[in-house]
Amino acid sequence: MTVANVLERWEPVIGLEVHCQLKTASKMFTACGFTFGADPNTLTDPYTLGLPGTLPVPNRTAVMFAIRLALAVNAQIHTHSRFARKHYFYPDLPKGYQISQSDAPYATGGGLEVVLPRTGERTFVRLVRVHLEEDAGKNLHLLGDEVSLVDFNRAGVPLIEIVSEPDIRSAEQAGAYVRELRTLIRYLGISDANMEEGTLRCDANVSLRARGTEVLGTRCEIKNLNSFKFLEQAILAEIRRQADILGSGGNIVQSTLSYDTAKDVTRVMRSKEEAADYRYFPEPDLPPLVIETEWIDAIRDELPELPAARRQRYRELGLSSYDAGVLTADQELAEFFDAIDVEDVHAKKACNWLTVELLGRLHADERTIRDSPVKPPHVAEIVMLIEQGKISGRNAKDVFDACYREGLAPREIVEREGYTQVSDTSVLESVIADVLREHPVQFAQYRAGKHALKGFFVGHVMKRTNGQANAQLVQQLLDTALGTS
Amino acid sequence: MSDDVATLRNLTACEIAGKVARGECTARALAHAYLSFIEQSEPKLHAYLRWLPDSALSQADAIDRARDAGAPLGPLAGVPMALKDIFVTRGVETTCGSRVLSGWVPPYQGTHAARLEQAGAVLLGKLAMDEFAMGSSNENTPFEAVRNPWALDHVPGGSSGGSAAAVAARSCAFSLGTDTGGSIRQPASLCNVVGIKPTYGRVSRYGMIAFASSLDQAGPICQDVRDAARVLAVIAGHDPLDATSLDVPVPDYEAACARGCKGVRVGVHRAAMDLDGLDPEVRAAFERSLELLRDCGASLCDVELPHFSHAVATYYVLCTAEASSNLARYDGVRYGLRVQGGNLLDMYENTRAQGFGAEVKRRIMLGTFVLRKDSYQAYYGRAQRVRTLVARDYEAAFARCDVIASPTSPVPGFRVGERVDDPLAMYLSDVFTIGANLAGLPAMSLPGGFSRATHTRPRLPIGLQLCAPRLAEETLFAVGRSYEAATTWGQDIAPGARI
Repeated sequence: MTVANVLERWEPVIGLEVHCQLKTASKMFTACGFTFGADPNTLTDPYTLGLPGTLPVPNRTAVMFAIRLALAVNAQIHTHSRFARKHYFYPDLPKGYQISQSDAPYATGGGLEVVLPRTGERTFVRLVRVHLEEDAGKNLHLLGDEVSLVDFNRAGVPLIEIVSEPDIRSAEQAGAYVRELRTLIRYLGISDANMEEGTLRCDANVSLRARGTEVLGTRCEIKNLNSFKFLEQAILAEIRRQADILGSGGNIVQSTLSYDTAKDVTRVMRSKEEAADYRYFPEPDLPPLVIETEWIDAIRDELPELPAARRQRYRELGLSSYDAGVLTADQELAEFFDAIDVEDVHAKKACNWLTVELLGRLHADERTIRDSPVKPPHVAEIVMLIEQGKISGRNAKDVFDACYREGLAPREIVEREGYTQVSDTSVLESVIADVLREHPVQFAQYRAGKHALKGFFVGHVMKRTNGQANAQLVQQLLDTALGTS
Repeated sequence: MSDDVATLRNLTACEIAGKVARGECTARALAHAYLSFIEQSEPKLHAYLRWLPDSALSQADAIDRARDAGAPLGPLAGVPMALKDIFVTRGVETTCGSRVLSGWVPPYQGTHAARLEQAGAVLLGKLAMDEFAMGSSNENTPFEAVRNPWALDHVPGGSSGGSAAAVAARSCAFSLGTDTGGSIRQPASLCNVVGIKPTYGRVSRYGMIAFASSLDQAGPICQDVRDAARVLAVIAGHDPLDATSLDVPVPDYEAACARGCKGVRVGVHRAAMDLDGLDPEVRAAFERSLELLRDCGASLCDVELPHFSHAVATYYVLCTAEASSNLARYDGVRYGLRVQGGNLLDMYENTRAQGFGAEVKRRIMLGTFVLRKDSYQAYYGRAQRVRTLVARDYEAAFARCDVIASPTSPVPGFRVGERVDDPLAMYLSDVFTIGANLAGLPAMSLPGGFSRATHTRPRLPIGLQLCAPRLAEETLFAVGRSYEAATTWGQDIAPGARI
């Protein structure tokens, strides 16, 4: 059965749990430092290793980062919350429990608007909660080796877990939701939010219900989806699996699944009956987490412009929703755009030069906007030179090329190459007269009705003026000379 | 400079620090005197798990050099002391009395060892204890059971049994113990020494291996009240490495010892005196102590602790829950014992099966059960609510009095092996001490008399417990010192000090 067939009958209901590793200098409950990619077990200390007698002390910066996120998603921040211990045995979990938050998270509610890039369709995804916790280490199973190794560098790194309501209705929406969250997190400067490096991780809860009904079906949770591609594929695979079961009259058993990327199927790891009892209880080593209202206010005052506000501002400048989305999705790109002085320049044109011409070139060279040789004032200048009729659209691309290659201002290129546009009517009229005289056959054919030949004459005029003729003016003058206006 | 060995060992910690500071004796001579006695007595006492002649003597030499150079000396300069093996000591094996940690040499220093070292105290060694501080007799151990210096066939109490026995036998001048449900006070009572469990959060827990984190507190076990005041002042105070440690200034506890107890209102919970299993001799000694307190100028009044009878059950739900969590880290992966198995689960099971003793396993199982999703509300949740009620009982009682007096232990002591097969009877050893842990209050046990020798039982010490409101340790020192000065029991030296 194809997904399309399935979807005619069943409506997917999806909720996501996103883990985000916070970019603090030290870990959640100890001064031990952390950076990505260090040699195994070089970033540990007595607490990280769970040595007897050590105790957790909360990292204020991690709490501050967590507050930023809660504010950005309009969640309610609780002035008193509590840490809890979540127990399970695994070699990468040094204490035999993870310090997390259970019945009293620091933030609940809130949500974010998700826009589907393909259709522009908007959905508001509500959040259940956001909470703080510490990460586990990593088990390394070397191929062909009899032993497993454990790297505790990552153990104790601060995480926030963001749990959504089941407000998502398609794999595409799920992808868009996580992308939106990623953009937001990056705007807040609290994490790299990189799925490939594991600083952003995702679990998906999926259930199906017959279209037109309100009752939720039994959900299954797919664990450890570590790329956007796999997130969407895994959800589609799970929709197919559940539809097959329901379609043949079966019942869904609540369970935890993994996604087999090679076979593109989801597999049951354990059912609810086998699910671990984490034996949560309030962490006795930590007093309640107290977040003063004044602190929340101070953090709110320093929040940057958030993606939704920025997209709205761009639309008000006259950009399409699509363009506004493209610019906003990358904070550095948006900042580049904002540095182009749009009071003097048509925003839409500047956006085209930026997203089509500049990004196209950067992409081909595998460079990023950060090390672009073309700077925001250059983009403003090129748009202005065209607007003011100083260079032709055709020459503008050559100027931009040179600007990109050499990092010079467009004005300097124009002067050096003598690209200044010919807009002198008398000069252009004489060139047109010459061209018509030299091509009597084509002239006659045109007058006989073969109007497609207009381009032929334009080409010759541009050629004679080394492309510097004002193309718009040439069109007008040609019309007069050809007697068509 | 020629005090003989026995004389040196009769000095209190405060006297020793004075003599060392005045140059009347060297830290080396002191350390040597104690180390010699340890060598001599340990085969019978078993108070130490290990002693450290080399490092103790070199620490002592450093004190002597500092004094010779005219450098300022700490309040415990040259005082030979020992730590319960629950305290983390950098470079010195720390086992918490368990096979599961055998061979573990900590790479970091705990706050207690660090502060004592800073104060000039000389670490003689690590003291025996019930495994992971779970027990009231020191018999829960894979090692030799500690003996009571007052009667070698009797237990010293627990879990800080080694700490109390060593002070009673003068094989150290003072020690530190830890108290989760009475583990400082009960052995202090059984060994005729002074032990104080401070207010929860008064002393850091960093570097003290956790049993039940919300109840555990470290405290001194000493020869007299003034020593306890001095040692507590050294180890108390805020520690940025313990988020539950209180950021409150440490008062002058030694000065508080001189305040006397005139006008102090001593509350007595009369209903507890009808407790089944309260030894008549203990009861008689307690009544005598109340008379003495009145003679010292205190007034007596009755108080009610309506939830007293629920304290033991509440305590055993909470402490086992926390213990099952705190002991999860002993999995054979990173340190201590590892017993290999065919796969990961086998390794976990083998390591924990062989690493932990029976009582520790019993408590892990109880704690795991009460934290299960299905039983959490009925056990852990309810116990937390009762804990709040117990704390309120004390608050209400302290509106009427300044300290609450009671026996420390319902019995004077018992023989080795007498109660090992009856864990419930053993749990009831804590009936008078547990309330202070549940409510986070400071409490002290001090020598409160002796039972008469009979044909079935030798003469044994009996403890008096004083419990005060939160952070009112000064009241304990004032009343305790007053009482101590009016009695001679504390000066009686155990036979075990002359082995």
